[in-house]
Amino acid sequence: MDFSVALARKQQTLMQRARILQAIRAFFIAAEFLEVETPQRLPGNAPELHIDAEPSGPWFLQTSPELCMKRLLAAGCPRLFQISRCWRQGERGRRHLPEFTLLEWYRGGADYHALMEDCRKLLSHLVPGGRLQWQGREIDLASEWQRLTVDEAFQRYAGCSCLEALKQDRFDQLLVETVEPCLGLETPTLLCDYPLPLGALARRKPDDPRWAERFELYVAGIELANGFSELCDPVEQVRRFAAEEEARRLAGKPPYPVPTRFLRELGQLKSAAGIALGIDRLVMLLTNQEDIAEVVAFTPEDL
Amino acid sequence: MYTCSDLKKGLKILIDGEPHVIAQFDFTKPGKGQALYKCKLRNMLTGALFDRTYRSGESFEPANLVERDMQYLYQDDNGYVFMDQKTYDQTTIAEEVLGDDRYFLIDNMEVKVLMFGERGIGVTLPNFVNLRVTRSDPWVKGDTAAGNNKPATVESGYTLQVPSFVEEGTLIQIDTRTGEYVTRVKE
Repeated sequence: MDFSVALARKQQTLMQRARILQAIRAFFIAAEFLEVETPQRLPGNAPELHIDAEPSGPWFLQTSPELCMKRLLAAGCPRLFQISRCWRQGERGRRHLPEFTLLEWYRGGADYHALMEDCRKLLSHLVPGGRLQWQGREIDLASEWQRLTVDEAFQRYAGCSCLEALKQDRFDQLLVETVEPCLGLETPTLLCDYPLPLGALARRKPDDPRWAERFELYVAGIELANGFSELCDPVEQVRRFAAEEEARRLAGKPPYPVPTRFLRELGQLKSAAGIALGIDRLVMLLTNQEDIAEVVAFTPEDL
Repeated sequence: MYTCSDLKKGLKILIDGEPHVIAQFDFTKPGKGQALYKCKLRNMLTGALFDRTYRSGESFEPANLVERDMQYLYQDDNGYVFMDQKTYDQTTIAEEVLGDDRYFLIDNMEVKVLMFGERGIGVTLPNFVNLRVTRSDPWVKGDTAAGNNKPATVESGYTLQVPSFVEEGTLIQIDTRTGEYVTRVKE
């Protein structure tokens, strides 16, 4: 495909993208969030078995700005947000770019329910009419959003318990192929309460230790945001990082240094909640595009 | 060997000893979960299409295929017969494996035959072929739904859309890559 032809086709969408970014900033600044810029090149990321960072000299490019943002939160910023570039090796598909734009925001003294409410307000701010048209579907943003626990969604759409699926190593495939296509079709869906092993930085649910206070926002079957009540217990966090690092080591992935300063400062946090939202996917939804390549000027293939 | 990160549309791999081509490909991944590589695969021996999802860590053997210059001879009960003009080796390709390409074969036409070992499994045709229209009803004026086009059938049995002025008996040029009408051929 000729680059100038593609650009001509994308021009309107890119104009909309710029306006969406401005509107997002205006939303958070009006809500008295501090906009921050944290380093994108780090000694290491929070270890995750299935997320591979791009090496940059002896360090790595960030896969998410979460570690630095939580340190700012622990140091006393009550509310903060960032729109930054993140890199994840090998992720390229109709809804994935290996270099992408992530919005993250954090609230001290709050839990994941506050983030769900932020999501509702943010989308209403971006779609004033409250009705989103995407690929022949109309999604009602103004009515009460569907709320399902992960287990309810698995029982309803995959016909099994999500813990059973996890035990059989079928969780991700069932989620992607069977559950996700049913989510966020009438209203957005808040998919809540993940099995604890799938919430490495999330707080355990106080009334049921099988689940982590983690949720994902789905619109039109697209995974748009992932948020949780932050785990603020350094001892528990050290234990979980060690388990994740060990899983990475067994899978032959490069080790990250232990984020000692993050872990030390985490102890100063009483409670907090944080969320990451994929800007490129949000722009896809708001501009009625089906392929993520349509919402960026350059894809890796254009370089 | 290929790994999952090599998978893409058009890649040819061996599955259970048979060559397959990836007809459609998508990468999916739940944010914190495993990468899933969704492939629609075509068995290059039988033409059968099926879906398969792979996970990172799996590996694939490349299907070693070579192209050989051959001439199309004739059609028999088993399929379409081609011959290497230097060695006189012959190979037969079944109708369902050739798909629509069979409509564009003309006797003695030189093509590139894709070989899996000694077995022909596909052809690369010249980009354009000339075929005679054997049937086309006169254009009905006012049939605006079809624009200025009408259906026509050529000597090989292939049916395509042609402009209204093309009559039965006309020799036309067809683009074999798209199967579409290009122009009338002056005779």
